[in-house]
Amino acid sequence: MTPAASQFKKNAIALTADLRHRALIRTALKKYEVVRDDKVSRFQNWQSARQSAAEIKWDAVNHLDAHLIEFARNLEARGTQVHWASNAAQAREIIIGIIQERKAHSIIKSKVMTGEEIHLNEALEKAGFDVVESDLGEYIVQLRHEPPYHFVFPAMHLTRGEISDLFSKELGTASTDSPEELTMIARRVLRDKYIAADIGISGANFGIAETGMISITENEGNARLTCALPKVHIALMGIEKVLPKLEDLALFLPMLATAGAGQVMTGYNTLYGGPRQPGEADGPEAFHVVLLDNNRTQLLADPEQRDALHCIRCGACLNVCPIYKNIGGHAYGATYQGPIGAVITPHLRGLQQWKHLSFASSLCGACTQTCPVKINLHHHLLQSRRNAIAQKPVWWEKPLFQGLAFLFNHAGLFSLGMKLGRIGQVFYPLVKGTRLDPASAWTKSRELPKIAPQTFREWWQTRK
Amino acid sequence: MVANPKMNERENILGRIREALSVPAPVPGAHSGEPPHAVSECEAATHIPEWLPRVGSTFEERLALFRTNAAELKADFVLLDSPEELIAKLREIAAAESWKKVATHSNALTDGACDALDLPVLRTDNGYDPRDMETCDAGISACDALIAQTGSVLVTSQSAGGRALSVLPPHHVVLARREQLLADLPAAFALLKTKYAPGYPSLISFITGPSRTGDIERILVLGAHGPKKLTILCV
Ligand code: SF4
Repeated sequence: MTPAASQFKKNAIALTADLRHRALIRTALKKYEVVRDDKVSRFQNWQSARQSAAEIKWDAVNHLDAHLIEFARNLEARGTQVHWASNAAQAREIIIGIIQERKAHSIIKSKVMTGEEIHLNEALEKAGFDVVESDLGEYIVQLRHEPPYHFVFPAMHLTRGEISDLFSKELGTASTDSPEELTMIARRVLRDKYIAADIGISGANFGIAETGMISITENEGNARLTCALPKVHIALMGIEKVLPKLEDLALFLPMLATAGAGQVMTGYNTLYGGPRQPGEADGPEAFHVVLLDNNRTQLLADPEQRDALHCIRCGACLNVCPIYKNIGGHAYGATYQGPIGAVITPHLRGLQQWKHLSFASSLCGACTQTCPVKINLHHHLLQSRRNAIAQKPVWWEKPLFQGLAFLFNHAGLFSLGMKLGRIGQVFYPLVKGTRLDPASAWTKSRELPKIAPQTFREWWQTRK
Repeated sequence: MVANPKMNERENILGRIREALSVPAPVPGAHSGEPPHAVSECEAATHIPEWLPRVGSTFEERLALFRTNAAELKADFVLLDSPEELIAKLREIAAAESWKKVATHSNALTDGACDALDLPVLRTDNGYDPRDMETCDAGISACDALIAQTGSVLVTSQSAGGRALSVLPPHHVVLARREQLLADLPAAFALLKTKYAPGYPSLISFITGPSRTGDIERILVLGAHGPKKLTILCV
């Protein structure tokens, strides 16, 4: 087992038995399905909307080269600098280069999942910069030195008590059990940071090829401030995020809000098309967009699973996943949790190291059914299982099936086997639960079913 | 050529994309084995208004929908009959919240209203100091449109006094005209195109309710980083 797999197994076993943890996730997600269903029902036709969204994304991803060229050309035409990074190291280098060139020191960040993917914060801190996350959930997990627990709700696993204790310890504030007061503490602390910051770093939910803009979806206004006050704005974006046309957003913005958090629209949906333009009151002097590949082209090269690049990171598949609801977000040990994480992580970080995620699924299909862009998630998990085994077969599987085939082809041997099974069963309690138990993986948490006293063939004979 | 590594990465990435795309993918919703067909984006786009939430065709229906959405979002929406009423309403809010200073920008609607407040006014038009804006009790701006379907306010860096005015002060007051009430999101994007293309403002924002968060136990709190209150005054 790879280190990632054994870590996952250890976490999953511990967390499934942790009833407090499970209760926490359940309360956090309890209301989600109700509000989401309410907003879905306001659409005149949600299923057709999903199909249109899937088709637009299909077009975007299957003509990615043309759209990216158009996107970059239009951005550059309005004074934006576009950078291309093949991997995480290049992206970090580009970003650190921009900051050093500016002789800047303090950085404010709004939520950037691609930043988590390339471990940007660690790199920035190592380079001696001061980095502060401005999204409330991200700020909380940053203070805890933890990765986000859910890529839409980063601090979903914490209670107000834990957050209050954290703030008391790190910021010296009085303890409180009011979410409102806790939010206001973060607001006060972060206000000064926005005004003092030299650099604002953001992600991007969509890139619009036709007009050369990035689109950021958020509720708090922290990205708005991050992109308004600092002198430099750097946006880090995965290459798969491009949409062909501006008006495509008329569909994607409300769908992202509905699927993501059961909202009609997210609080702020903002398009950025360049640095401050002549005649504008404010805005950054420089705007940089860093386009990140980091093995996305690897996933693109698999036509069967290419549609996983349609993902708009709404998080809906996590919210409905029975596995996610039992083990939570940290157990995965990957940047992207839940079903979509289980599909893309093997492509982004290696099939053999991350194939265990495709086996951690009940294949119930809840994720596929809920996905607003119709990604065939649970089938992709099956395909990954197949690919992993084809690449690296399990040595004992083939002889086992050959043996079984031989047994099934010889009636005498087969009925002897049945008889031996019944005899063996009498002695089984002697080994049950010990190291010699051949069915230990099963009997750890379940009873082995009893073999029937009579086989079908025996019964058929008595019938005559 | 190592001369321009930046250019190389662009070519490397585009090269990998083209190689990957040389094998076609099945169309969305199809089972593997079926030949891909070119999806007509225009076709999908023309139908979008039919899939999105329903909006009535008359002004009254749109108004009612905007009102319901705004209430659900905890934004205040007030319809007024004349510019005088608008000024009176603004003065009433200023008094109730004891504003000492406001931020705004020059515009047909905001100019008259802000002058009538008899308060120190920070105008963003020719640049400003963010620390100065921090001390303002309200940001008063115009907008490009109101969207009935979602209860959103559409602003841009050109129409609403820059990027920070609508998010930095604790109370954002939007002044709008009735004609600015649009039915749905496709109409809003069409407006952006006719009004600005190709010289789009550097920021375009759909503001839907006051700033909010649910990051602590998924409980709704208003005023996470942006305004705690959003008031829309429409004449
Ligand atoms: S795979 Fe689908 S449901 Fe899951 S996050 Fe992506 S878009 Fe949302």
